Order: sequence, then C-alpha cells, then structure tokens
Amino acid sequence: MTVMTGWPRADGRKGIRNVVLVAYLVECAHHVCTKIARPFDEGDVQVIGFSGCFPSDYGQEMMQALCTHPNVGAVQLVSLGCENFRKNELAEAVRASGRPVNLVTIQSTGGTLAAVEEGRAWVADQVDALGQAPRVAMEPSELVIGTICGGSDATSGLTGNPAAGRAFDRFVAEGATCIFEETGELIGCEHIMADRVSDPALRPEIIATVEKAARYYAQMGYGSFSNGNALGGLSTIEEKSLGAYAKSGSSPISGIIKPAQQAPGGGLYLLDVVPDGAPKFGFPNINDTAEIIELIACGAHAVIFVTGRGSVVGSAISPVIKVCANPETHDRMAADMDVNAGRILRGDATLDEVGDEIHDKIIALGQGAQTKSEALGHVEFVLTYKTAAGPEPGCHV
Amino acid sequence: MTDHSEGPASGLLHLHPSDNIVVAVRPLTGGEVIDCEGVALYVPRDLGLGHKLALHDIAEGADVMKYGAPIGRAACAIAAGDHVHLHNLVSRYTVIEDIEGTNA
Repeated sequence: MTVMTGWPRADGRKGIRNVVLVAYLVECAHHVCTKIARPFDEGDVQVIGFSGCFPSDYGQEMMQALCTHPNVGAVQLVSLGCENFRKNELAEAVRASGRPVNLVTIQSTGGTLAAVEEGRAWVADQVDALGQAPRVAMEPSELVIGTICGGSDATSGLTGNPAAGRAFDRFVAEGATCIFEETGELIGCEHIMADRVSDPALRPEIIATVEKAARYYAQMGYGSFSNGNALGGLSTIEEKSLGAYAKSGSSPISGIIKPAQQAPGGGLYLLDVVPDGAPKFGFPNINDTAEIIELIACGAHAVIFVTGRGSVVGSAISPVIKVCANPETHDRMAADMDVNAGRILRGDATLDEVGDEIHDKIIALGQGAQTKSEALGHVEFVLTYKTAAGPEPGCHV
Repeated sequence: MTDHSEGPASGLLHLHPSDNIVVAVRPLTGGEVIDCEGVALYVPRDLGLGHKLALHDIAEGADVMKYGAPIGRAACAIAAGDHVHLHNLVSRYTVIEDIEGTNA
C-alpha cells in the first residue's frame, strides 16, 4: 500500500502542500502582495485576495476558508487600511487555526516600500520554518477532491469526464470526499441525479438546486443547447448534461454543500454554486478558475480538470490535475497535460485504466509528485462578489 | 479487468454496460460494417465523432441509454445500427416540464 504524507493541522485535516499565502484584502493592496511574493518560488509563496472594497460576507467567508485551508501553512495579510474587509476578524481566524499570520496595513506602515519590506522579511522567515515542518502519514480517506471541466469539446463527455468519474468512484470507495459542481450544466439530468441520493430527503433538494440554476441562467440570458451541440452528435439537453455529469461517477450522492463549506464526511457531494434569489452580481462563476477556487474553499486538496480544447490553468493553494480528453489536443499540448484520456479514442486505453491513472496521480501528489501546471508555475486565482450562502453555525456574528 | 466492449479500435465506444447505443469516436463512413459486441452494425451514412448508433433494437417509447442513464425516449422504433439523433430521439426533459406545468 502506497503511503502519502501530509502536514497536520490543528483542526485534524492534513495538507499535501504547505504554502505561504500573501493575501490582499482589497485590490489597492494587490501590487504590494505581488512584490512581496516575487522573489519566492510559486510553489512556496502564492498571492490570493479579494478585490472589492464594499463589504461582502461571501468574500469574507471564502477568504477565511482559503486562508485556513489544509494546504496553507502561514498567511501574510496585506490591507490598504481604509477598505471594508474585516481584516482583524480574518487574522484572528487564521491565528486560531494554529497558523502564523502577519497583518501589514500599507497606510500605517508607510507606503509601498515599507509594506513590501516588512512583508517580504516575514514571508522569508515562514518559508524557512515551513521547510522544516514535519509530515505525518496520510490516508486516501483524508483527501478532499474536486472536479470540473473547461475548454470542453465533443471528446470531453466521451473520455475525460467518464474517466474522472471512475477515479471519483475509487476515491469514494476509499472513504475520501469528492465534490462535483456546475449545476448550470446539469440542467435536464436533475431527475436522474435525484435517483442517486443516499438519503431520500435529498431528492427534492437536488431537483430544486438544478431548477434554481436553470432559472438563474435563463434570467442572465444564457442558453443551454446550441446547434453546435447537435452537429457534434448531441441530441437532447439531458445527453449534454450527462456528459458533464459523468465526472461525478456512479457513487450515491451524500449531500449538497455551498461554497466555503466543508462536507460533513466522506462521500460524493454536489457543490451548489448558484446563489439563492434573483441574479445580483452577475454570473455565478465568471470562469473556470472561479469554480476551482470555490472547490478549494470547500477543502479540496486537489482538483481534477477535464479539458478537450486544452486549458493550461493551475491554481493557487491546491494542485490541478489536467485530464486531456482529446488526443490531438494532447499531441499539441502534452507539456500542460497530466493525463491523456484521448488514448481511449485511439483504442490504447480503457475508461477504467485512465480512471486508475487519474486516481494514482492524485495519490502521488501526496508522495512528492507535482502536476504539470505546478511545474510551470501556474497559480491562477479569481474571487468575485456573490451572494453569501447565508449564516452557518459558527461563521461569524 | 479488460472490458472488451471498450475496444474503440472499431471506432465505436460503449460507454456503459446498460447502454443501448454506442458512440462514434472517429469519423464513420456510410456503408461501413462494424462488428460491435458480436453485432454487425451497418453504418447508414457518414457520421462525425460523437454521433450515436443503436447497438440493439429499441422499441418506440423506450429509454435511450447513454452513460447508464436515459437521455430521452425513442420517438419511433429504432433498429440496431440506426443513427440515433434528433429525428428519432426526443428529450423527456421538456415533457416532464410540460406535465408538471399542466398538472400544477
């Protein structure tokens, strides 16, 4: 049995990475964060943040979940000074999680140069300290894995997504927590999905979650089935949605979670990314990275990203395993792809074999292996305004 | 486990054991005969990657299955080897919506 190792955290979770975050609490502090992080390797020090100045419970919850993520070892917070972000509350939450935290406020520290100097010195000390931090054995059951697809084409639903689903089935069987999302792309298969719940009480909730997404996207003027889909051989909306849904595998669905919420235990969970109520701040997630960051905010140690046309993104905080569904794309972009699911189309591999490869490559991330996007220095990050999921127990007063 | 049904060297992929359709994973030429799970399928016309052929006869009204789940119902009787698409497969999704709308 192969053994992973992870960094133990005070809340009982373990990290497969141990990064120092440099976090801006308004866009005005972004440049200072970039300058603080510049001398360091992307694998050690990464920049995240919330751009908005107006208050946002969603932004606050997301930043707290990300700054206390198991893959994070220390946090440098950078405030301009007059923004509305509740920075002391965030700093206290990070401190309470057992992580070193330092808050630099640019206006009181004396401007850009002084803030960069203080932040960089503190971050350098943290990088040295985290390099000595001991690791402990970690089981697959302790993993949280997310999945998304982006840059999709006709091959995504044939190879990459079903293979990702088979990897999910293995992880769920091992007791891990697996999260799938994109409810706007599940329109038409909510009744099929509702037949898969482990608890009958979840049935109406699953259907309501997808119906909410359908309403939301309709109000945004966003269609769901195009002529191009039919030309590619797709006949019905449920067929199209099932192609994306195949990423979830065939395990029972244990529950629905919201962004920044941790699943209560192992099993398969649907992440409800669409806010309640009328559209307020625009599209629920403006791009693939926004979806990846929400999965990570739910505790995902790693994210499986299925692409057909060829996305190159990685992410801050957690490694992104890229599964290329299209063999021709893989030929062109092999240095960006971790798994060539397109081999299935050429008869060189079965869905089960590619599913096993995805599974084993995620385990290897806990044994010192890197993803292609990590090796290339990808640390994308996006966080925008959204209506908060609502008060959760122990969230904030 | 080697699932021989996934041998797309033939150009056809059987995604799930309970599926009654197979998917073209390369461009198919009309007139080709492809052996799939012991069934000789006559390709009725040129078809691009992603298009579906019936693996078995499918009765009118029966579920068309892909990924082990229904993707709609057969609008008419479909014979093994037939192209399965907009002309003979209809969504149940809108039907379900209509029923719920009129019964509300």
